[in-house]
Amino acid sequence: MSDLIKLSAVALGEKLAAKEVSAEEVTRVHLDRIGEVDGRVHAFLHVDTEGALSAAREIDSRRAAGEKLGPLAGVPIAIKDVIATKGVPTTCASKILEGWRPPYDATIMTRIREAGLVMLGKTNMDEFAMGSSTEYSAYGPTYNPWDLSRIPGGSGGGSAAALAAYEAPLAIGTDTGGSIRQPGAVTGTVGAKPTYGGTSRYGLVAFSSSLDTPGPCARTVLDAALLHEVIAGHDPRDSTSIAQPAPDVVAAARLGASGDLTGVRVGVVKEFGTDGVEPGVTAAFRDAVETLTKLGAEVVEVSCPHFQYALPAYYLIAPSECSSNLARFDSVRFGLRVGDDGNRSLEEVMSLTREAGFGDEVKRRIIIGTYALSSGYYDAYYGQAQKVRTLISRDFTSAFEQVDVLVSATTPFTAFELGARTSDPYQMYLADLYTIPTNLYGGPAISVPIGLSEGLPVGLQVMAPTMADDRMYRIAAAVESVVGTFTPPAL
Amino acid sequence: MSTSVLPTYDEVISRYEPVIGLETHVELGTATKMFCGCPTVFGAEPNTQVCPVCLGLPGSLPVANKAAIEATIRIGLALNCSIATWCRFARKNYFYPDMPKNFQISQYDEPLCTDGYLDVEVNGETVRIGIERVHLEEDTGKTLHVGGATGRIHGATESLVDYNRAGIPLVEIVTKPVPGIGAMAPEVAKAYVAELRDVIRTLGVSDVRMEQGSMRCDVNTSLNRPGEEWGTRTETKNVNSLRSVERAVRSEMLRQASVLDAGGTITQETRHFHEDTGDTTSGRSKETATDYRYFPEPDLAPLAPDPQWVERLKAALPELPRVHRARLRTEWNLSELDMQSILNAGAVELIEQTVAAGASPEAARKWWLGELSRRANAEGVELESVGATPAQVAQLQTLVDGGKLTDKLARQVLEGVLAGEGDPEAIMAARGLEVVSDTGALTAAIDEAIAAHPDVAEKIRGGNQAAAGVLIGAVMKTTKGAADAKTVRELVLARLAG
Amino acid sequence: MAAISREEVAHLARLSRLAVTDQELDRFAGQLDVILQSVARVGEVAADDIPPTSHSVPLVNVLREDVIVPGLTRDEALSGAPDSAEDRFRVPQILADEE
Repeated sequence: MSDLIKLSAVALGEKLAAKEVSAEEVTRVHLDRIGEVDGRVHAFLHVDTEGALSAAREIDSRRAAGEKLGPLAGVPIAIKDVIATKGVPTTCASKILEGWRPPYDATIMTRIREAGLVMLGKTNMDEFAMGSSTEYSAYGPTYNPWDLSRIPGGSGGGSAAALAAYEAPLAIGTDTGGSIRQPGAVTGTVGAKPTYGGTSRYGLVAFSSSLDTPGPCARTVLDAALLHEVIAGHDPRDSTSIAQPAPDVVAAARLGASGDLTGVRVGVVKEFGTDGVEPGVTAAFRDAVETLTKLGAEVVEVSCPHFQYALPAYYLIAPSECSSNLARFDSVRFGLRVGDDGNRSLEEVMSLTREAGFGDEVKRRIIIGTYALSSGYYDAYYGQAQKVRTLISRDFTSAFEQVDVLVSATTPFTAFELGARTSDPYQMYLADLYTIPTNLYGGPAISVPIGLSEGLPVGLQVMAPTMADDRMYRIAAAVESVVGTFTPPAL
Repeated sequence: MSTSVLPTYDEVISRYEPVIGLETHVELGTATKMFCGCPTVFGAEPNTQVCPVCLGLPGSLPVANKAAIEATIRIGLALNCSIATWCRFARKNYFYPDMPKNFQISQYDEPLCTDGYLDVEVNGETVRIGIERVHLEEDTGKTLHVGGATGRIHGATESLVDYNRAGIPLVEIVTKPVPGIGAMAPEVAKAYVAELRDVIRTLGVSDVRMEQGSMRCDVNTSLNRPGEEWGTRTETKNVNSLRSVERAVRSEMLRQASVLDAGGTITQETRHFHEDTGDTTSGRSKETATDYRYFPEPDLAPLAPDPQWVERLKAALPELPRVHRARLRTEWNLSELDMQSILNAGAVELIEQTVAAGASPEAARKWWLGELSRRANAEGVELESVGATPAQVAQLQTLVDGGKLTDKLARQVLEGVLAGEGDPEAIMAARGLEVVSDTGALTAAIDEAIAAHPDVAEKIRGGNQAAAGVLIGAVMKTTKGAADAKTVRELVLARLAG
Repeated sequence: MAAISREEVAHLARLSRLAVTDQELDRFAGQLDVILQSVARVGEVAADDIPPTSHSVPLVNVLREDVIVPGLTRDEALSGAPDSAEDRFRVPQILADEE
């Protein structure tokens, strides 16, 4: 195993800029690593060998010609398979999109390419981003590099596992209820959800439109910040995209690395109790809070009384929006078509296609969503959930009058065993208990590794006010400067 | 289903009161679609004006067209509506292959414009049609049904879909119900659609061509006995011309009356209008109304039109048709009734353009309300599509005024124009229809006629001027009608006088 | 207390064009009942005077100019089509009336 694969993106970028190594070589060693371990990890659904090498060679040519390239030019990246990549299969881990090659690139893909990043391939996920373990992928689960009998989190388990397995130094995920942060926590990697609207959704296959947020995944906070900078910013193709320029997250990460948090006010959410939380997670969180105090932060308890309704509100809003977003998968213009034998009507073909093409969790959420939006039920369900959402947002706003950031454990449990929560969907939903509130508010949040519990990673979640993404990077970098990074046992 | 004997229209009116309502969809003439930058050119090759957004590809997102919003507000202002200070788009969810996302981005409980009115004239009466709402949505693609007999959906074995039209901005204008119009209901419906069309055309936001589908009407009709609550209404679709609007209301009134007379009840349903028979047939009747599961569109930001901007738009509205017509009526020195006739014939703009091209209002009116209206009715087309342009009509009249054509000859030239042979001057020359006014040539023809009818000539010399008709006829025949009968008569009498 | 019957689940599946099997109906009905009972908790919150959030980002009037932007070629548009003919997307017989 080449030492190159252990390097951070920053370090790789420096070596590439200094021409100590070529982009092609960097790409090759990562492709080799994928070849070596992905049979057991299954982080990737598609490896674009030719595309990656071709992109790498182009970076090398341009650098050789004297062109000045960005700090991440030539660094490999893995992309969650929910992002449209032109000409490269984009399946959202669903059978209904098996083999679909989009005729266009997502905006963040364009920016990633322009930054000179080299896409290795598309990573595994829960089908259509619905899940917390990647077990709902129609192409088989991903296995946690820390313990291959355990889940890597979800929905973005593939991206997180790819990082933990050193198959890529950077990855892209999407976060709707915790799908970047929770996998980060259970794989010992960094996962950040930007402010909603801070990163373009054009080209992100929609699950829950008012919640979905693309974000960076990496092994270090600074790496995540650099990737955040590449993908963030206004996109005229996305009407929900924030017009103001993105906050300077890279500077904040560098500042935080100095380890000084004097004057920073940190809030611990009172209502996030210890019920249902693994003792090891609680212990690691307490240690983290102590670390923050040692770094100079002032830690207080704040009350967010409506957070207990975040999970129910989320599981009404997200399915409602997804029931509508997934209606386009109808066998007509793209994707799977089943049952078209000349004797069936379009309605039948559509129904058979969706039945065959969607997995159980997707079907459940479509049904819940259809129910929650139905005339007669709308007011009590979707309508009421959107009101509760307002109250949750107000909890955040008032909390942020008292403190600069909120912290919590990212998720109540460490990586559970495969199959442990698949028979009871609701048990699976509990993994998102702490991550969901900020999605409803729209604020940025990051998960940074803080320790191990019985050999499995635990993450600290830092939540900041909307548009204050830099703040969370500063705190995360400060914590990282004390606890360091965590390496799984060799695969 | 056999048709029962229908009552007469008078019978229907004597027993029932109609209530009508109209829903009109107008395709805006913006350069691009409502939520993406694809062109909107009519008649392009299938699926060549599409992109990920209007195809509904996974990951695509809508961005609202500013010009479409402005056009919708202007329509609302012209219809005396209140303009929302804050409103949102909503998703209307249902499955149909011409709708790429299987939801339509529309507006639900927050339309852009509300609570306006449009005054229309029918039989000398002014009827105020309340406007419930004006909102903005996206059009669907076009489906070709293949394999059935009529090209319609029933009986088709497969369908082919073209998404060029999908996403074109569509303005929906819904009237409040219109009661209290009695026997005039069909005419009121037609007058409303005609006036609405003129208003929108004046605003320049759509070419509103019903035959091309850039203006589509659905008509709602119900009947109730006097003093009772309004009856169950039916919705009639596929009403593609002004004439059809009138016929559809009339036909539906007769049908509903026949059902009610027999003690039956009206099913709330959508019906389809047939041009050829003038009847309506039942669409698939739905057991329950479709639940569209509307919710605010999360991919689009709310609209908050700046009130000052709206005021500026209002101040800049062009002269609307009603005011315009009043001005023309004065200029043309016509009675209200005469002006109404012109309006009913759909000839206001045509006459105006003909006058602008040089004809007198009287002459323009004569042609458009006379020969050309007759032809339009006979062929079942709108007057503006009859085949003659205002410029051509003006040219024709100039030739008559200049003595080059008699009325009769002019009619023949007009035949040529309608047949597509070209402009009046060219046809006149090609067909050799110019009035023979050369006295010398006429004298020769007259002498010929006199020689052929000596007994008639005697009678005329004897004072019987009426007998001149035979000679005039003979001369007209010789000259193939290219002589002015009046002139011929004078010359004949003069010839035989001395 | 929210409760969802097997028949309701079947109805919702039809509305969403999902040809669920009997086994799925059995499985889903129970699972959905649990989920719906828990999400119904939102009803405990007194929220009559609270405005619903539809957008967490407070934007208004996000518009674009009426200017043509290049889209897809016909081939690109049809590239994912399961079935096409005469430059159009081909679908089997449609039962429902057009709206």
